[in-house]
Formats: sequence, structure tokens, C-alpha cells
Amino acid sequence: MTEHPKETRPYRYSLAERLYLPLLSGLAVTLKHFLRNLLGRGPGYTIQYPEERRNYSHRFRGHHILTSRPDGSLRCVACFLCATACPAECIHIESGEHPDLNIEKYPVVYDIDMLRCVFCGYCVDACPEDAIIMSTNYDMAYFSRDQSIATKEELSKPYTYDTSRLGYRPHYPEEEAQRAAIREGVVDLIGEARRRQGSAAPAKATKAAPARRGRAKSTEGQPS
Amino acid sequence: MPLIETAPAPLLEKLPADSAVPVEGLDQPTWLVRRESLKEVAKMLGADASAGFDLLLDVCGVDYPGRAERFEVVYHLYSIGRHERLRLKVAVPEEDPVLPSLIDVWKAANWFEREVYDMFGLRFEGHPNLRRILTHEAFEGHPLRKDYDPARRWILTEDKIYRPEPRPDDEESGDDMFEPMTINIGPSHPAMHGTFRIVARLDGEVITASEVEIGYLHRCFEKMAETHTWQQVIPFTDRLNYCSAFINNVGYCRTVEKLLGVEAPPKAVWASTILSEFSRIMDHCVCNGATLVDAGALTNFWYFFQPREEIYGLLEACSGARLTVSYCRIGGLAADLPPDFEAHCRRLLEMIPPFMDDIEKLVDKNRIWLDRSVGVAAISGEQAVNWGWTGPCLRASGVANDVRRDHPYDLYDTVDWNVVVLPGGDVYDRYRIRMLEIRESLKIIRQLLDRGIPEGPYIVDDPHVALPPKDVAYNQMEAMIYHFKLIMDGIQVPAGEIYSMVEGANGELGFYAISDGSGKPYRLKVRPPCFPIMSTFSHLIQGGSVSDAVVSLGGLNIIAGELER
Repeated sequence: MTEHPKETRPYRYSLAERLYLPLLSGLAVTLKHFLRNLLGRGPGYTIQYPEERRNYSHRFRGHHILTSRPDGSLRCVACFLCATACPAECIHIESGEHPDLNIEKYPVVYDIDMLRCVFCGYCVDACPEDAIIMSTNYDMAYFSRDQSIATKEELSKPYTYDTSRLGYRPHYPEEEAQRAAIREGVVDLIGEARRRQGSAAPAKATKAAPARRGRAKSTEGQPS
Repeated sequence: MPLIETAPAPLLEKLPADSAVPVEGLDQPTWLVRRESLKEVAKMLGADASAGFDLLLDVCGVDYPGRAERFEVVYHLYSIGRHERLRLKVAVPEEDPVLPSLIDVWKAANWFEREVYDMFGLRFEGHPNLRRILTHEAFEGHPLRKDYDPARRWILTEDKIYRPEPRPDDEESGDDMFEPMTINIGPSHPAMHGTFRIVARLDGEVITASEVEIGYLHRCFEKMAETHTWQQVIPFTDRLNYCSAFINNVGYCRTVEKLLGVEAPPKAVWASTILSEFSRIMDHCVCNGATLVDAGALTNFWYFFQPREEIYGLLEACSGARLTVSYCRIGGLAADLPPDFEAHCRRLLEMIPPFMDDIEKLVDKNRIWLDRSVGVAAISGEQAVNWGWTGPCLRASGVANDVRRDHPYDLYDTVDWNVVVLPGGDVYDRYRIRMLEIRESLKIIRQLLDRGIPEGPYIVDDPHVALPPKDVAYNQMEAMIYHFKLIMDGIQVPAGEIYSMVEGANGELGFYAISDGSGKPYRLKVRPPCFPIMSTFSHLIQGGSVSDAVVSLGGLNIIAGELER
């Protein structure tokens, strides 16, 4: 090629530039930052991960959680909407018949391939039962690909219900009061289930759903 | 569909009869061009000063297995002076898939034609280097043909790695004492940013010839889009230009909204404009930061990345993800703005300028940086346009071209800001223009924030487009049915085609969408801004040293996710 472009305006170095003087102002900048950080006045941006973690919002799209009913069983009714909505095709569900006639279906197998998942939150948007939500848990590491497939049991482990680590889910609890209500209603499902088990026979699942914005009523009226 | 009144109608008269026929178009004048006269039409449009379609934006192939002439190649042209657009369509039969190459008229056609060859198997007569570009040499078949199975997998073996043909001048020793040699730069090299491979022919330290090899990050986004619903494509668009994912979201959603005939509510538009500008700032920070690191100036990197980190915090508070935000939905936003959105934005407006001041003090007049960047990889505005450049890189070559000003979308026509233009066309001006654009973006954001958050919903209240709110879906039967229908069948976009563009962080980001009325895109072509820019690369670095090549690549802001799709 002959037409290599070299047309540019000539840049004239000023005397100061030729003498590398502007470097001094640059040095002043770094010195300013250095001293400020040394005296502890700096903003201190570095985070000592993993002891220290970034504070993410309650919309953070991390590891999924399968929520449960007060009796401890999964809320999922195996309607496959999440698997249909998933752009990464990472959700695998096999449904089975539930002994409780009011529930009809439940997931026998519910696997999410965490290496395929793109954490877009479409499953949460699609779920008509609030059965899948997300946590702020983002440190997922595996030794093999098999380990990356999160099974139903892993997705519904009680430890994922850490109240401070709930992420993307329907209805953002923007106000603190609302958030507290959700903690009562959704988060402590396990505790509630235990309490109920201790006190009386498990109540019918639909009736015992936490009263949140008329949710209990609607579940009853909804054909499952 | 109405016939768009063609502004360049007088141009038609210059052509022999029935070489080009205007047809109905939804968004821009469209001509149906006969294959035999394509070259003539192109010459008239591109080379003739009165026609002035100096920029070839995109070449897109489409496969219609049902038609007598199976393939269609769509050219999108743009006139920088008059801000006019024109679409040319050429039908190509399957038996004889040959077209004339337009590389003589627009150099931008070089890689675009290679891409069409790669994806559809159409050959371009007169193309100097017609080989695969996005897929590998050993790939069989043409992935965007409708009969290609999207689930097919390929295994690549070592012996199929591309090696360029020996050049005739290889054995020439030249006047100096150096023996010419060929080296690989990349693909796994920190200076190659994403995943590029440059096979460079060196004479000492000077690059005498080079070949750019891309496609290491190719995942055929366009094929994936064809097998998913319109709504499901949004997370894929995040991964185009991942440094400013939100702008891609906006570009895609506006395209589909235009096809659907819906408009995002004012609140969504307002927030989109602000977040787009923040994304642009972020992208410019990454680009400049990385360029300076490539030149050895590490300190700036931390000053650039702190604002970026904080902007990611804002995006995360809105959408729940830092990098791949997926915050836009067709018809609005995925979720309402967080309650402290405005305060968060104001905090960012406060903190970004001091960092930029510090960086300017560090490098603007720094002779080390000046020596590395002034006059390096320079290109004149005229040539840049011919190569298909857009965005900051073109503006650094003295051509004022900005989609936000020339084809305003969202709220850009209601705010006061300037299109920054610099004359140099070299790496230094590309760095400077990004610094100046960051300030312009801040200006736009400040004005919008002063207006306050518009009242109203964040997404259209149309159950055919947007999912009904969960509360409603749980309580009303119809809403629940809409919820199921929308997820099972997707949004029903009426048949039609549209080319819609936004100003991405590195140029005009266009989406050419064709819908056949089913719930999935029939064809979705992205016009990635850095694709034509990268096609110029081996031209730019020729005659320079290897270290200049590294700095040039940084200044061009090539994002592999978008380049290779």
C-alpha cells in the first residue's frame, strides 16, 4: 500500500514541553494523592476482599434462591416459565405430580447450570409464584463443570436466606418498612415453618402464605 | 407501509432506466438495485460529489429460502454532509452467488464483504482478500443461512491455524541490514486488549505489512437472536460493547420500539439519556486509561477507573448488575429508578471532574506521552470516512458527525451541548477528544438532572409489550394470561424492517432488524462501530514501529465483544 496516511497538523512543542517541565505538575498530582492517602484523608477506595466486600444494592443479580412455602416445601409449581424465559437455556426442570391436590405439580428436578447462566434475572421476572429470586452471592467457584450445576437442594439451602444478602426479586423493598415486612414474610420462611411444626399440624400451604400485598388471597383464587 | 419520499430522487434520473427502483421502506429511502448495475450505482452514489453518499455504514446479507433469488444483500449508505440515509438492496440467486465488490468506491466494504462471504457464502468479484473473517478457516458451511443448524458444534485442531500466504516481497532484503521476519502479536497478548491476532511483517522494528486476524470472540450473536424472542435478545446486546452495555440496550430497544410503534414513557427516556451518557463516560475512561497503560502511564489508570467504579455502582443500583446491565426493556426500563437516583447522579457529577483534571495535569502536556502519540496512526478525515469510521475517532479527524446531533433520539435535541471536533486525526487527538467528550456528557447529565425526574411509569402500560406488574398479574386473570403469553410467545412484532441507530461510545451503533411477524427476529444485524475502524488497522500501522501499533490499537477503542459479535 502506497497511500499510508501521514497528514496531520504539526504539533509545536512549547519550550516548557521540550524541557519536560509539565511533568512537574503531574508529579504534584501524584504527590498530593500520596500524601492524602498517607495521612488517612484519602477516600480509601481499596477493598480488602474477601474480608471486606462491596455493598451491593438489593437488586443485585447473584446466585439464585428457590423460596419455600411455610411448610418448607418449594413454592415452585414447575410451570416452566423460567426455563422458557431464560435466554441462556440454563434451567432444567422435570416436573412431577404433587400429593397435595391443591398444588398439583412440583419440580422433581430443578437444575441451574451456573456456568451457562448470564444472570439476567429473566427467570425472576417470569416466575408467577415468586418461587425463584436472586441473592447478592456472587462468589461462585468450582473445581469441575459438574459442580457448577446447582441442584434443587443447593438452590433452596436455608443458608441462602441470609436476610442481608437477598438480591433481585419482584417488588423492590425500597422503603425500609416494606423491607422489614418482607423479612418477616418471605425471608424467615424456614423459621416460620419450624414454629408451625412445633405448634400444630402444618396449615394448608395456600392459606399460610405470608400476607403481603394481598398475596395470600390471590394465591387461593388462582387456578394452579 | 408508506413509500418514503426519496430525497435523492434526482439521483435516480442520472442512472440508466431500471437499474435502481425505489421501493417501500418504513424508515429510509430504499432502492432495489439490479446486480449487474450495482457497481455503476455505487460509483454514482459514492464517488460523485453531488450525490455525496460518502459513508458506507453497513453491508448485511439476508437469506430468504422461499424466494426465487434466495439471498439479498443490503447496503446502508450515509451522506455526512446532508445527514441523509439510503438503503440499497440487491437480490442474489443461490446458483450464482456472485456480486461485484464495492471496495473501489468505499474501502469500508473490505471487511463487511468478507463478513457476508463468511456468513452467507456470497462471493464478491474483485475483492482482494476474500476469506473468512469471523469464523475460522476450517469452518464448514455458512452460519447465517437459514438451513444451518444453530446447535451445531465444531472442534478446531492445531493444524488448521491460519498462516498468511508468503508475500512476494518477503525475500527482498532492502537497503538496511535487518532481515525481515514475520511475528505474531496476540491473540493472547495484553496489548491486544481483547483477542486480536496481528501477523506482522517486520523490517527491524518497522512494520512493513500486516494482517489482522479477528474472530476469537465470535459467538454469532445474530444467529442467536434469530432463535430467541425479541425480549430475550436484550441480555445478548449487553455483551456487544461491554464497556458501555447500557447504550447497546437502548439502541436495540429503540429499534424494536420503532417497529412496534410504541414509545417509551418520558421517565424511561430521561433515565436512558442520563445512563447512556454515564456509560459513554465510562467507556471513554476505559479506552483512555488502557491506551495510556499501553504507553506505560499506569497512574492515570487508577484515576480513570475510580469514576468508572462509581458509575458501575449507579448502574448496579438501577439494574442489579454492574457490567451486563440489561436495564432496558422494549417499551421502557426493567425496573423503576432507585429512590436515591438523583442524589447518586449528583454525587458522580461532583466526583468525576477532579479526576479528569488530575489526568489532564498528568498527561496532557507530558512530553513522554506527546512523543508517543502525536502523529501516530494519523488518518485524514476524508480517508477515515471512506474507511467507514464514525464516532470519536472520526471526530478526532476533523469530521463533525454525531448521531445524537444529526438524528436526535431520546432527549439529545432538548439539551445544550457541543459536538467536539479536533483536526489532528492521530492518537493524541483521539485521547483528547475523549477527555473533552466526557465533559460534554457531564454537561448533558447536569441539564437533565436539573429538570427533575419526570412523573409517570417507567415502562409502557401495554400488556402486548411489557409484562404486567406482578401485583396485577397475581390478582387479575387477564394479566396472568398476558404474562404467560408474553413469555411463551414473545412480543409479536409486526412484519417490516428498520435500521435504527444510536451514538455508541465508539461510533454509530446501528441495528438493522427484519421481522416476519413471528415472535422472533427474522434477521438482526448489528452495525458495530469498531468493525470498520479495525479494518483500517493494518493500514494505520504500516510504516510505524511495533510500539506505535500498540498505542494505535488502544486509541481506536476496539471492543472485541462488539467487533466479533
